[in-house]
Amino acid sequence: MRFMILIKATKDSETGALPSTELLTEMGKYNEELVKAGILLAGEGLHPSAKGARVKFSGGKRTVVDGPFAETKELIAGFWLWQVKSKEEAIEWVKRCPDPMPGTESEIEIRQVFEAEDFAPSDPTGELMEKENQLRELTESKRR
Amino acid sequence: MTASATQRAIDAIWRIESARLIAGLARLVRDVGLAEELAQDALVAALERWPESGVPDNPGAWLMATAKHRAVDLFRRSKLLERKHEELGQELEAQRALAVPEFDAALDDDVGDDLLRLVFTACHPVLSTEARVALTLRLLGGLTTGEIARAFLVPEPTIAQRIVRAKRTLSEAHVPFEVPRGAELEARLSSVLQVIYLVFNEGYSATAGDDWVRPALCEDALRLGRILAGLVPKEPEVHGLVALMELQASRLRARVGPSGEPVLLLDQNRGRWDQLLIRRGLAAIERAEALGGARGPYTVQAAIAACHARARRPAETDWARIAALYETLAELVPSPVVELNRAVAVSMAFGPAAGLELVDALLSERSLEDYHLLPSVRGDLLAKLGRFDEARAEFERAASLTHNERERKLLLDRARACPRPST
Repeated sequence: MRFMILIKATKDSETGALPSTELLTEMGKYNEELVKAGILLAGEGLHPSAKGARVKFSGGKRTVVDGPFAETKELIAGFWLWQVKSKEEAIEWVKRCPDPMPGTESEIEIRQVFEAEDFAPSDPTGELMEKENQLRELTESKRR
Repeated sequence: MTASATQRAIDAIWRIESARLIAGLARLVRDVGLAEELAQDALVAALERWPESGVPDNPGAWLMATAKHRAVDLFRRSKLLERKHEELGQELEAQRALAVPEFDAALDDDVGDDLLRLVFTACHPVLSTEARVALTLRLLGGLTTGEIARAFLVPEPTIAQRIVRAKRTLSEAHVPFEVPRGAELEARLSSVLQVIYLVFNEGYSATAGDDWVRPALCEDALRLGRILAGLVPKEPEVHGLVALMELQASRLRARVGPSGEPVLLLDQNRGRWDQLLIRRGLAAIERAEALGGARGPYTVQAAIAACHARARRPAETDWARIAALYETLAELVPSPVVELNRAVAVSMAFGPAAGLELVDALLSERSLEDYHLLPSVRGDLLAKLGRFDEARAEFERAASLTHNERERKLLLDRARACPRPST
């Protein structure tokens, strides 16, 4: 199963200050461990929210709001995508991670990624999946 | 933490730490079986103590220290025994004092080499292929006997027996705990790759039972492949195999219909293909080719899988290139099964009649007598040529040969779909 590992932002990460050489080195080693364990699928660090934007949805309306955003703790500073056997394994790996935000309190969140079979309860007969398939075929045959 | 939460945490720690633990210990005691027993002892100690004391901050180090103590105890005891028997006295005492610090030094070494030794030992040719598979999953994948048994649909005692016997065989044959060199490395590496691909394939197209795919087994094989690529990054075929598995795994979700029935490649909803795995697969092919592996059998197979992955719609598939790649593959590893696949590609590129010609040449092939895909492919080509009576017979024959229930149903459906002549 796959998990998204979310590194929460802090005041420091939101200033856009680059991580120290020490932290980069340690994170590099940790990433190498993840690769060697065969669990790392993808991962990236994110620029501060000041460079980002949000699009708010309300009924038919779309409003664009530029960053930065206030609720620092709820923002994401980086992520990994892992393939592991259980949530517990993901937790054990996160516990081995170097402190991502030295000198300040921070948090890493673990969230399971949906797989096709997880949607089965909302689609017990497979009808929705079937419809999706038909729709695809239709659009494809039109394109041809 | 509740008892069951601790239990799950220990399971997870075991999955992360066991291979390194066993590999480190195996170098000390020069016996994979003994190393695994020592590691298991440490695990049992953890199961006894952690629910009360809590999981230590560095559980890997705790397990290693515990296992190391047991190894030293065992070592001392056997030395004492030896001393009693041979009355060597002082001399051995000195040797023991020397030997114990060695344990510490040895355990601090780079674990990568140990893991690699463990991979090569578990896949040693003195073992049967089944034993290699079971041992690799057990020692490197951290799977329990029960998990391996469930994955391969065999009774647990069978797997347990297989593992015990494998460890005994390695010990009795005095298989050294080492990475082979030169020409032997090539030969042994191909055995390692074969074992990993076997595990993947058992997950990808289950040969028995009523499941068509067992994704968990594919994940285990992918993980093993990625570990191996980390251990021997300069071997092109390792990247070729990883590429092949990533690309095939990218289709896992699309290979199964809503009620668990198989969906053939050309009927799959390509929107369900996993683009992340496709990108990873294509990158791994590039690595293999950059290392000079363009003509490695796994890399060629990966290149074939990549042709499918790149086609957004079935009609965009570059069948001529696939047929050419199969021709290369047939030169590298000639086999009737490769030839059969080539026939399919040729039929797609140059028409069913051209494919049927190649398939018919395989009819006298003894090794394909009970291979359900031969009549299945032949049936498909005959149906395309409008020879429905023959096609129906072939689908029925294919259905009688497969051991997979899902596949049998699919084939019988195809047989029924062949129109009968109107009378």
